[in-house]
Amino acid sequence: MSANLTSLAYLVAAVLFILALRGLSSPVTSREGNRFGMIGMAVAAAATLLHSGFAVSGYTLIVLGVLIGGSIGAVVAQRIQMTALPQLVAAFHSLVGMAAVFVAAAALNAPEAFGIGTVGNVHTQSLVEMSIGLAIGAITFSGSVIAFAKLQGIMKGNPIIFAGQHKLNLGLGILAAILIVSFVASGGSQVLFWMIALLAFALGFLIIIPIGGADMPVVVSMLNSYSGWAAAGIGFTIQNLALIITGSLVGASGAILSYIMCKGMNRSIINVLLGGFGTDTSAAGAVGGPAGDRTVRSGAAEDAAFIMKNASKVIIVPGYGMAVAQAQHALREMGDILKAEGVDVRYAIHPVAGRMPGHMNVLLAEASVPYDEVFELEEINNEFSTADVAYVIGANDVTNPAAKTDQSSPIYGMPILDVEKARTVLFIKRSMASGYAGVDNELFFRPNTMMLFGDAKKMTEEIVQSLGH
Amino acid sequence: MNPTSLADEATRLSDNALALAHHAQELAIGVSGAVAPGVSPFIFLLAIFLMACFVGYYVVWNVTPALHSPLMAVTNAISSVIIVGAMLATGLATSGWALLFGFLAVTLASVNIFGGFLVTQRMLSMFKKKQ
Repeated sequence: MSANLTSLAYLVAAVLFILALRGLSSPVTSREGNRFGMIGMAVAAAATLLHSGFAVSGYTLIVLGVLIGGSIGAVVAQRIQMTALPQLVAAFHSLVGMAAVFVAAAALNAPEAFGIGTVGNVHTQSLVEMSIGLAIGAITFSGSVIAFAKLQGIMKGNPIIFAGQHKLNLGLGILAAILIVSFVASGGSQVLFWMIALLAFALGFLIIIPIGGADMPVVVSMLNSYSGWAAAGIGFTIQNLALIITGSLVGASGAILSYIMCKGMNRSIINVLLGGFGTDTSAAGAVGGPAGDRTVRSGAAEDAAFIMKNASKVIIVPGYGMAVAQAQHALREMGDILKAEGVDVRYAIHPVAGRMPGHMNVLLAEASVPYDEVFELEEINNEFSTADVAYVIGANDVTNPAAKTDQSSPIYGMPILDVEKARTVLFIKRSMASGYAGVDNELFFRPNTMMLFGDAKKMTEEIVQSLGH
Repeated sequence: MNPTSLADEATRLSDNALALAHHAQELAIGVSGAVAPGVSPFIFLLAIFLMACFVGYYVVWNVTPALHSPLMAVTNAISSVIIVGAMLATGLATSGWALLFGFLAVTLASVNIFGGFLVTQRMLSMFKKKQ
């Protein structure tokens, strides 16, 4: 296959990838989009395999690698529970990062294969591109491993903070820059290459450990972006169109998602990255003194069932707690019964609900909730004032009215769901403990709030039972 | 060296020169057809990169927030097109190390490609409209 034809095939693949993302503008076109993506990948792989000069041993190893990797990927994709999606995505990001490191290493050891010089005498420009791809890839790898460990619960979700952390990171960053310059000047020294890799691994690790569990949506989006830039960096090194275009698409996508997540918390990306959010407990209880001296109205499942049965409009607000309790199926059952009773049932999703962008939507879809009953914050926030019941299940900070009124609160300015405007707020919670931000939710003490203490799934199942009678 | 062989040598050299000139001319036409001469290919790659960033920006803002999880999964899968580099390294490897690194990269990227597309498909198949 001529070089021009191969490049054209890469271009076709890149266009198909753009169409894959385009398809996601609506659930109707999304499945077709995903197929475009698969075809694009097949085109890119086929064009590469038809490259002249491939050794038989090379072909054998490629087939072996695709078989091993492909079957692991396919099995994992079939078996993974939807609640575990965030950690799966984090794990996948780490693999892209590591693949970038390996491709950079291969290019350094076989520069002839990519026409970028000879061993020990690689073109300067290629070395610059290679070291950038390598560094971003290595940061993506170790950062994603930490994100995975935190999401999977292998590592505690608490931010890990120590004195001089940011200075250490800055120092390591400068050291990495110096190493990259000497690596380029050396014409491609193997030792310096792996020193850059090790340093970047350490940096990725250090960047993610101070970030707390509930900020993971930002982290996962950011690492998504990094994996794209790493691919683009490698694309420049080996002068490959498909990689450059795809890398920038993915990089842009992750960056936009990070931005949306930060906006959903009214925090800057710098604030998230510096970490340690939610560890400062001094602000807790600032709203009207300690919780003890105010009354909380609590109710049982029967009370909740009675109120909802007589409502004409119920808005359900799910949060990460719903995912943890796996309550989505019971919730859909409750919704079905209410709908059969003639109640208008809708779902309201906050942009940062859950542990990754769109997490709640997938869980509700898994429980067969139709997507046209699920609304985003801006679409539905006006409707709480006309709702009879807001059913808050596993969400907390995103419903806290203090975000609108209390300037001293760490969550001040964060866009929240106006659940307090509903006639009755049913709030499922295990205890009176505060949410991730460490802030008391004054909603608990409002006269129109009824607390339903218990496990999200059990409580919802009990309500379903009561509704049945 | 006799005059005949000298003349032959000269003819051969001039033929070579002519071929080279033709080659250079073809290259020059090829390059001038696309660009101003003397511009490094890097600039073209950079241009493609920047344009693709803009395309990504506008396409991704159009993605409905409900599908942000599938978006992450599918971007994950497509960024594994890095397998192209891994395959080239493996197929054209000139050293054992390159072969090893290439093979490892092919394997890791394959996990992502198959896992990413299939998990996206699984997610998307769950999104249904009201009956």
